[in-house]
Amino acid sequence: MPERQQILQLWLSTAALDTNVVAWAFYDGADGEGPSVPTESPPYSSGVAALKDGWFLLQAPQPVAPRRDHGQHQSTGLTYGFVFERRV
Amino acid sequence: MTDSQLLSTKQVADFVANGCLRFEGLVPDDINEAGLEEMRQLSSQRFSPEGISPPDTGTPLSECYPPPSAIGAFLRLPSITGIIESLVGPEPTFDHDWTHHIGGGDLAGQHLHVDAIIDTTDPSFDIQLFWFPHDVAPGEGGTRYVPGSHLNRVHAGVTAAYQHIVGDQQAHGPAGTVYVFHHGLWHAGQPNPTDRSRWMHKTRLNPSVPQVRLWDTSDLADFQNTPSDHIFANTQPGKVGDTLRTWQPWLGVLEQRHEVVQRTKLWRYLTGDTTYDVDHYLTRLDRPLLGTDVVDHA
Repeated sequence: MPERQQILQLWLSTAALDTNVVAWAFYDGADGEGPSVPTESPPYSSGVAALKDGWFLLQAPQPVAPRRDHGQHQSTGLTYGFVFERRV
Repeated sequence: MTDSQLLSTKQVADFVANGCLRFEGLVPDDINEAGLEEMRQLSSQRFSPEGISPPDTGTPLSECYPPPSAIGAFLRLPSITGIIESLVGPEPTFDHDWTHHIGGGDLAGQHLHVDAIIDTTDPSFDIQLFWFPHDVAPGEGGTRYVPGSHLNRVHAGVTAAYQHIVGDQQAHGPAGTVYVFHHGLWHAGQPNPTDRSRWMHKTRLNPSVPQVRLWDTSDLADFQNTPSDHIFANTQPGKVGDTLRTWQPWLGVLEQRHEVVQRTKLWRYLTGDTTYDVDHYLTRLDRPLLGTDVVDHA
């Protein structure tokens, strides 16, 4: 069986990888044959904790430029989403 | 609606902070039982030429579901009319409703979403009533929702990615429990792991009057904080500002301030007080360049 990809998305409380997880999602290309992640509580305390457990960072959030007018204070979803992968 | 049991200032402030209110076992058993049967009928007959049909969009609420109707009896309960009147006025218009039925063992859940997608960006809002006519224990498929997400304006597809959010909740409670959502609240139908059907009736209502001081404001003067209420200076414990600062674990410390700005704008609209503030944020933004009348919010 070739390697298959598992994707873990972590949304952190800031753009720093060592801050806490506020949301997460897991997509399993191995269809349950590899390790999973919990659903009732965050799988890791931070992005760094995911790195230490063997996840590789694929994508980090881009800086968001402040907008003029009150729009800079209008939130639009979770800002600091990171994408990790591991192959199983 | 003279018998309406209006909300208090604290309840409306909680709605502004969290985007929802919960009323446990609010609806009497006889209306729940009749409502369950009417929901079954509406669910099966909604699109058929015969049988029960929903009201037309835009119908004044008082003309919706005339007697005999269990859904109408629900909408005319003094406790329900009080909630409605407090948030969207005494004669809102019917937007739409929907009976949500998830069969026992149906493990397909919805992605997290906001309902209408096309909504105004001004502070006015619709409400959605979620009526659960039978017991729903925690984990039995009650609607998932994210407290405090209602003023975080997203493209509808964005929230679908958030499989799990720290601090999200699932609706639950004894028969007759009612949740009231701001139209922007992120939510999702959940899997039903039980062997019993889960029923819920949702009604969306549009305001037809300015949503200004519609609730029981007899306690507003005592509860309202002054604009000097500032968490980094002197705070006014127990006042509205305390409630509007309600923190949700998914926000983090820094992002929460953006939500406080939005909640403060909404409270200004609801109270008609354009000088109201929490933590000095809007006062700073509204201050013109000294010596001019130019306001630069950048």
